[in-house]
Amino acid sequence: MKRREFLKISSALGGAAVLPSALLSGCAPFPPPPGSGKVTVTPTVCEICFWKCAGFVHREDGEAWKVVGNPEDLHSHGRLCTRGTGGLGAFLDPDRLKHPLLRVKHNGRQTFREVSWNEALDYTADRLKRIAAEHGPDSLAVFSQSVGAQHFRTLAKAYGTGSFAAPDYAQCRAAREVGFFLTYGETIGGQERTDMANSRCIVLIGTHIGENLHNDQVQTFTEAVGKGATIITVDPRFSVAASKSKYWLAIRPGTDLALLLAWTHVLITEGLYDKDYVARYTLGLDELAKHVAAHTPEWAYLETGIEPETIRRTAREMAAHAPATLVHPGRHVAWYGDDTQRVRAVAILNALLGSWGRKGGFYIPEQVKLPEYPLPAFPEPKTTWRDAHGGKYPFAYGGVTNELIAQSSGPNARYKAWLVYEANLPVSVPAVADQIRRAAAELELFVVVDTMPMEVTGYADVVLPECTYLERHDPLRNEPRQRPSLAVRVPAFEPQYESRPGWWIARELGVRLGLEKYFPWKKYREVLDWQLRQVGSSLAEMERIGLKTFPRRNPEYIGAGEDYAFPTPSGKIELYSRQLAEQGFDPMPRYTPPEVAPAGFYRLIYGRMPAHTFSRTTNNPLLFQIMPENSVWVNPLTANDWKLQNGAYIRLKNQDGVLSNRVRVRVTERIRPDAVYLAHGFGHRDRRLRLANGVGASDTQLITQVKMDPIMGATGMRSNFVTFVVQEA
Amino acid sequence: MVRFAMVIDTRLCIGCGDCVIACKTENKVPEGLNRDWVVEITQGRYPHLGTEFRSERCNHCTHATCVEACPTGASHYWRDTNIVLVTPERCTGCKACIAACPYNARLIRPEGYIDKCTFCVHRVKQGLDPACVATCPTHCMHFGRLDDPNSTVSRLLASRDAFRLLPETGNEPQIYYLR
Amino acid sequence: MEEVLATARFNPLIDPSLAIWDWRIAAYLFLGGVTAGIMCFSAWALLANKEQQAPFTTWRLSLWGPILLSVGMTTLFLDLEHKLYVLRFYTTFRPSSPMSYGAWILVFVYPAAIALILATLRQGYPFLASRLERIRIGGWLLDMAERYRRAIAICNIPLGIALGIYTGILLSGFMARPFWNSAILGPLFLVSGLSTAAALVAVVARQPAERHLFTRIDVGLILVELGMVALLLVNLATGARIQQEALATLFGGDHTVSFWLWFVTLGLVTPLALETWDLRGGRVRWVLLAPVLVLAGGYILRQVTLDVGLAVNWTHFAVQFDPTLLERLHP
Repeated sequence: MKRREFLKISSALGGAAVLPSALLSGCAPFPPPPGSGKVTVTPTVCEICFWKCAGFVHREDGEAWKVVGNPEDLHSHGRLCTRGTGGLGAFLDPDRLKHPLLRVKHNGRQTFREVSWNEALDYTADRLKRIAAEHGPDSLAVFSQSVGAQHFRTLAKAYGTGSFAAPDYAQCRAAREVGFFLTYGETIGGQERTDMANSRCIVLIGTHIGENLHNDQVQTFTEAVGKGATIITVDPRFSVAASKSKYWLAIRPGTDLALLLAWTHVLITEGLYDKDYVARYTLGLDELAKHVAAHTPEWAYLETGIEPETIRRTAREMAAHAPATLVHPGRHVAWYGDDTQRVRAVAILNALLGSWGRKGGFYIPEQVKLPEYPLPAFPEPKTTWRDAHGGKYPFAYGGVTNELIAQSSGPNARYKAWLVYEANLPVSVPAVADQIRRAAAELELFVVVDTMPMEVTGYADVVLPECTYLERHDPLRNEPRQRPSLAVRVPAFEPQYESRPGWWIARELGVRLGLEKYFPWKKYREVLDWQLRQVGSSLAEMERIGLKTFPRRNPEYIGAGEDYAFPTPSGKIELYSRQLAEQGFDPMPRYTPPEVAPAGFYRLIYGRMPAHTFSRTTNNPLLFQIMPENSVWVNPLTANDWKLQNGAYIRLKNQDGVLSNRVRVRVTERIRPDAVYLAHGFGHRDRRLRLANGVGASDTQLITQVKMDPIMGATGMRSNFVTFVVQEA
Repeated sequence: MVRFAMVIDTRLCIGCGDCVIACKTENKVPEGLNRDWVVEITQGRYPHLGTEFRSERCNHCTHATCVEACPTGASHYWRDTNIVLVTPERCTGCKACIAACPYNARLIRPEGYIDKCTFCVHRVKQGLDPACVATCPTHCMHFGRLDDPNSTVSRLLASRDAFRLLPETGNEPQIYYLR
Repeated sequence: MEEVLATARFNPLIDPSLAIWDWRIAAYLFLGGVTAGIMCFSAWALLANKEQQAPFTTWRLSLWGPILLSVGMTTLFLDLEHKLYVLRFYTTFRPSSPMSYGAWILVFVYPAAIALILATLRQGYPFLASRLERIRIGGWLLDMAERYRRAIAICNIPLGIALGIYTGILLSGFMARPFWNSAILGPLFLVSGLSTAAALVAVVARQPAERHLFTRIDVGLILVELGMVALLLVNLATGARIQQEALATLFGGDHTVSFWLWFVTLGLVTPLALETWDLRGGRVRWVLLAPVLVLAGGYILRQVTLDVGLAVNWTHFAVQFDPTLLERLHP
């Protein structure tokens, strides 16, 4: 009992029956109202997912308080999403990497030793120099993700490699970019150029907006819902978006392309497409009409399970609201190996509806013309990621992670060194577990730069701890959007423990490698200030306002009857793709039925959840509090067959015999009887992640069958099936 | 009585839990404790389904049984409003208020006194919305005075069908859910 | 219908079900009830001149009151989460709060009960009386108490009744807890309290005539108590759906065994049978069991009432996450 409180009680006992409360409340150590202390506000750009919302970090009396959105920002309209609001958890996470680590052999066992930065950086630089001399600098493979990757890409390019891969290419959205690029000559981009706030009809193919929380995608989507737009959701699962939809088409998994072709058929045969737009801007309608002639709704019904009348009704409704009808391009589209073609079908459908470049469809994005900090020219690398593809994937615009990983072990290994930045390869990339292990054994250098002790760090020779986004400067955010803007990330806190900003790590390595001329500044803030001055601002100004909007140079939409030229070879939207035909691919999407599940097995479907950004946040102490684990969704009919109890823990086994962690069963009507669903990002198996270790099941682990898209290398992941292993888990 | 109320549009709520995290950080809620939470209700049989999400918290009832049940006056109404607050130095931790709340909206802090949603009264005093309302990414949450007929909340209730949780308890909860 | 918490919520003592009041409150309610009965019976015995038939009750029972009550107050204090602020109960009076009434009733109960002890101390505990007389005002206190003995006894009865009923109203006043929300709970707890006090006398008193008297009294009280329990169940059965759900926990639900076996059978029916047998001339040895069962039954009644009341809620959401996972936050 503290002395103060003791006095409180004894004085009360001495008093009369009813005492004034002042005596008793005296010096109560209760928390004051939030915000009543000294509050400092620092601008930042969130790094919890890839949406890069601008916001402000609030500290009270030096302590971390909260992160809120910047009201001027189109990405967030002043409201950060669940993960962004929980961003402080990444800063406060006690499990985060604190010191540089070096793998050493101690008493015959391999272990990590905490070393000084000098030792870690010297070791890395020495190895890199040796590898460059022995094997050539292009034997370095760089796997990276996020904004801070730029520092390391600069370093790697200066070093002389051309092999870069990001999981978000083959594992996520690249098929979409290629599909749209082949059709419109432009990609969708990291910030989907959807104009949903003005849409009267939105069609989602598998996209689960609302569980996927890319901030203003969700905001504009719900704005459309609020305005009474028709939502058509095509999803085997009753997603959140499906619950807001006028039409939920509970499609058989793997048959989306059949539906898209049938819709195309209806629009053409019933003359519902935008005749003027198609005549003016597209090429290949006749070929397309012939191609879809046989793909009637009746035919599609047999494949998809969706009633022909529903197919017709939804197609007519799409046409009725055109051009303010958006067939959403999706984001993660690496499903069945024919993904570029399926996305092409989406692009074609949009063209028939006339939504590209039109209000309520796809707007024309613009970004700030921001000069790059002047650096000397990079050396020409002897080989690049294209060589790693060995002639495959002619339309690839980036490295396929799986290919680069595959060529990092064995007698003719192309790569002798890996630099991994913020990419948890074992959890993000499917079907490469063995290859990563072999590479880890054979590579001469395996460097990982990360903020957390993710699984990939367990394989590394050197682990370099980066501080979180709240503790560092990073390149300006300049995303193509409705209005060009720049947002700045400046540190709100000093780097904690011995962690350092990525720019410092890259620069230190650069200096040791004799590449200082590519880092002709002492602190990265100099780069930011220089860039900002080129566009009439300054770092000082941006530190105050966080975000600066600039005027557009060109119109946001294609004007009526405008003589608009598309950046395709023909100058028109290519419904028929001669480029694809020339490379031996189908010039128009062709449907192949999906495989059937083995008896007693169920198709594994996976997706996002609003509480987490996959494995990146499953250890975040704030977000952990609202979603500590995932569960496997099982339909009550299936649960009944297997006597699965709601809340029981079981394991899943896939078609190749791989067994998952124990996972909680959720019996729910929201999933088909022939499929199960897992939220992606759980099933961590690293003891250093004390919250997330051993919790939930990993879908990546169960995805051992991967269907490569031959056009650009996407890794189709939805052809895996699981059965239930009910044991004393 | 000045009547503060929250109006939440279930048509737009996606159950993302942003409100929960925003409350936690704004109000420095101790780890593992929740002043608000999200409920998911699914009806029907595959594939004829409907799912509703609700962000819930203390309803700041105008006829709050928790205020009535508190023996020390720790649970009280703030000034002349319906915002129910707990004065920590008056709380003995007897938990009568917890027994009195039909919504199970209150919680016990590690220090021993009772805690719950405060409608972010420290923000209301500055004319701001509660943190959950200000952060909601679907803009489905609204806050304001129901005794002002021109406020957003009043106009929303006048134009749309709404329900409250457990109105049959007679507590007169002041969180309204638009259908 | 699937009704589930989409975000994890594990507020301690609240989730997954309310566990705010446990044996410490059950003990307090029980001991409060016994004390109420003690006050009533010792005052009645005094006023009705039962000294011949019931000397223990008249002269010695009253001492047990404040002692048992204080044990109950201790467990009650232990239940508080914010103990250092306990005196806040006494810086105000809230007319709408049964608990506030309870806090202030004690302010009157203690002096009345202690006065009754003083009024009977010389006859009941001469050794203690002589000790007290050694202090200057001790003798004066005893004299005053004896002079106003009848008035003190008259005061003890309504205060005892108030204490007994209040322990029930404390729970029945919560509309949010459907199982408790019956007006019969107050009288039920009073009758139970009287019954347990009668049983206490039947155990402790040595004069057979006194034990016989209180056994008869207890039989009557148990019968009344059974009737009130039946009324409680009827109230729930004919109440709203939520009250019917509360009843269902006693008929095939989680609390079926504790209610029917431990409370009704062991705590009411068995002692009733045994006491009736005793009154008809049964053997002494077995029969001491009966009042002990009554006392146990009195405690079990409160414990079961608490458990069922806290388990039945207006709101129920299924939990989606393993509650023990959050313990990882505080290793």
